[in-house]
Amino acid sequence: MIRYYFELALRNFRRSPGLTALMLLTIAIGVGACMTTLTIFHVLSRDPIPHKSSQLYNVQLDAGRANGGFTPGGEPMLQLTRFDAEALLREARADRQVVMTGGGTSLTPGDGKERPFIARGRWASSDFFAMFDVPFLYGNGWSKADDANEARVVVISKALNERLFGGTDSRGKIIRLRDKDLSIIGVLNDWRPAPHYFDLTLGAYGDTAEVFAPFSTALSLKFSTWGNFNCWGNVGNDPRGVNAPCSWLQYWAQLDTPAKAEAYKDYLKQYSDKQRAANRFERPTNVRLRPVMEWMSVQQVVPADVSLQLWLAFGFLAVCLVNTVGLLLAKCLRRSGEIGVRRALGAPRRQIFLQFLVEAGSLGLVGGLLGLVLTGLGLWAVRQGSSDYAKLVTLDLPMLATTLVLAIVASLLAGLLPAWRATLVTPALQLKTQ
Amino acid sequence: MDLMPILSTLRRHKTAALLIVFEIALTCTIVCNALHLISRRITTLNTDIGIPESELLVVDLRGANKVENADAATQRDLAALRALPGIKAALVINQVPYHDNNNYSGVSLSNDEKAPRIDTSQYEATEGMIKALDLKLVEGRDFEPQEMLNDSQFTGGGEGPAIPAIIITRTLAERLFPGQSAVGKQVYVYGDKPQTVVGVLERLSPPSPSRHAGDGNLAMILPLRPAWNTGNYLLRVEPGQRDAMLKKIVATLEPLDSNRVVTTQRHLSDMRNDYYRQDRMMAWLLGGVCLALLVITALGIIGLASFWVQQRTRMIGTRRALGATRHQILRYFQAENFLLSSAGIVLGIGGALGLSAVLMRNAEIAALPWSYLPAGALMLYLLGQLAVLAPARRAAALPPVAALRGQ
Repeated sequence: MIRYYFELALRNFRRSPGLTALMLLTIAIGVGACMTTLTIFHVLSRDPIPHKSSQLYNVQLDAGRANGGFTPGGEPMLQLTRFDAEALLREARADRQVVMTGGGTSLTPGDGKERPFIARGRWASSDFFAMFDVPFLYGNGWSKADDANEARVVVISKALNERLFGGTDSRGKIIRLRDKDLSIIGVLNDWRPAPHYFDLTLGAYGDTAEVFAPFSTALSLKFSTWGNFNCWGNVGNDPRGVNAPCSWLQYWAQLDTPAKAEAYKDYLKQYSDKQRAANRFERPTNVRLRPVMEWMSVQQVVPADVSLQLWLAFGFLAVCLVNTVGLLLAKCLRRSGEIGVRRALGAPRRQIFLQFLVEAGSLGLVGGLLGLVLTGLGLWAVRQGSSDYAKLVTLDLPMLATTLVLAIVASLLAGLLPAWRATLVTPALQLKTQ
Repeated sequence: MDLMPILSTLRRHKTAALLIVFEIALTCTIVCNALHLISRRITTLNTDIGIPESELLVVDLRGANKVENADAATQRDLAALRALPGIKAALVINQVPYHDNNNYSGVSLSNDEKAPRIDTSQYEATEGMIKALDLKLVEGRDFEPQEMLNDSQFTGGGEGPAIPAIIITRTLAERLFPGQSAVGKQVYVYGDKPQTVVGVLERLSPPSPSRHAGDGNLAMILPLRPAWNTGNYLLRVEPGQRDAMLKKIVATLEPLDSNRVVTTQRHLSDMRNDYYRQDRMMAWLLGGVCLALLVITALGIIGLASFWVQQRTRMIGTRRALGATRHQILRYFQAENFLLSSAGIVLGIGGALGLSAVLMRNAEIAALPWSYLPAGALMLYLLGQLAVLAPARRAAALPPVAALRGQ
């Protein structure tokens, strides 16, 4: 029977190609607009490290001055001071922990043929690679001993390895950062966490670093640091010194179970209380320990514009749907005669209802396929743009399926009212007017 | 014209009529708000921060190795640049409008650390910033030569000498000293010693103007000279010679020290375009959606009206046979559309105000100005009348006999 209904639908579409094309186009445009923005939203708000995002926690302590602008219990300072970060790192109470900052330094390739250029860097302690599941092509990261010895070692990105060494195993080669020689111990594989969750101060969708060096090494070699730098009180002559009242470091802890996270939070509170007792902290103890997804939502990673676009697109889809309902209704009422004959020949209301739903559904299927093409076009247009997330937006399999499902569900919804109206047609009356 | 027959016909097509009304209402709701958002974006895009953007070039250098004697090198660079024909001004500045580097400091009326502070955008530049950027002093004066200090004296070592003077914007002056003249008054920005306000600027925008749309121009200038490695070169040239001058400037700077890398060489107006790209994209996108909505609504009206015309062939034929003119048939469909549009627009205006309230609460967007409502209404009336024209003319063109024979 369903096959027969598909045939009926096809015959019907052929009978009024203009109206059918109009409905298809309406569904396709609505679905296309919706899925383009939904895909952007999906890409921008997705979990950057799904298998362990609930075990990775951003640490915040409130080290700032309790002066005029301060509200108790509000959001604590974004980042940690060097004193606190190094203290927590030393005590190492989490399963893994890392202190880090973004940075940049001039890089002179070993052979001296290429001119120096500024490379994006990340200066981090040794757990960085294991914590964030950074994939390696050659070698691996550095050890805790390297951290302690300020070892002159560096890990480089795959792209930089392509650029400098043609993609070969470059371990053991030397590159010059600023005026110091560092030896390559590892080369990363493709890795672009998006959002750039572990340091949002350099842009949530920015490029990842090209060189990675131990935090201790980078500081002792005076490599410059990038990102948010917030100071209060007397900074003295070295804002990056251990005792400078400046918060500028990201600190993350890996805590494998919720119980450990609870315990770690208590530990942070105790730490903060101790600092208050020592007069280092003025503000009431106000620590935060947030897993990745919570951290990203508090930091409002998804641009407000993108959420606005999403709502706009759904409003647009609603208009398209109402329009489709109207057109379907018009079509179906025009066919009262045909319905009357079918009913008179013994078709129950249920079958009439089914017939019109099948018709709406097949319209949705074709409209969805068209919508998929439009979504592809829309995303292509976004990728041509210059927004910093442009290159990230691609259609993945789940979104592809969502598009089709959305189109079919939407058109079935649109078909409900006309189909119901069709069942109300009284056979006798229709036959008489024929 | 008698509306009663129209109303009674519509009553027999309640669902279809309601759908049209609903579609118009939704379109009105979205379009009114979208147009408002577009106009806000356009206002943002066209914000003038009052500096000669088309004449400014930005060049940024970073050291490949350890930097020695940066202050002396900066003076050498500036002397070489100023000797170039076509340079109207050359300076090093710590932050450039539309650039991603922003410096803030708290300004306070007392040196008590618990005193309230106003977070203010902090500019530092070598001599000549006020003139190079066409800034207007409404009160007081520019810095005296003996007030200028090298920034490296503060970040390089020790506590450094006290900073004697400061120039602030009128917005900041009014926040600090409401109703009084700020010139000669003292504020605390750095250290235990106060800075005396020597000048008040009409305006000076922080580097990210759109982020500070609410608080006006909270900005200040400190008499601290940045060095080439802690700031950007800002150069003013004739607008027509920007490309040629940019090449010359880079060619002048590069050979002076082979140990440096040029990381930025751009026109300030290009940086402005980049800075606003998201707003521009959003305005286009919203515009596109509005257009698409109007087209879809029009198509919906055309579709339903065509169907109605077909369905009412017999009625039209009867009326024509009874002496109704083509004109009257045309009028009938137009009046019908007017009724439906009116209902949709009334609902839509309610919807637009509702959506605006939601946007105000959740997205901190200003209330929808009332003027958008009549504008949106007029647009939808026009759209409806245009959309119904073709089907209505087709109806009017039906010959009475054919109409009676039809069906």
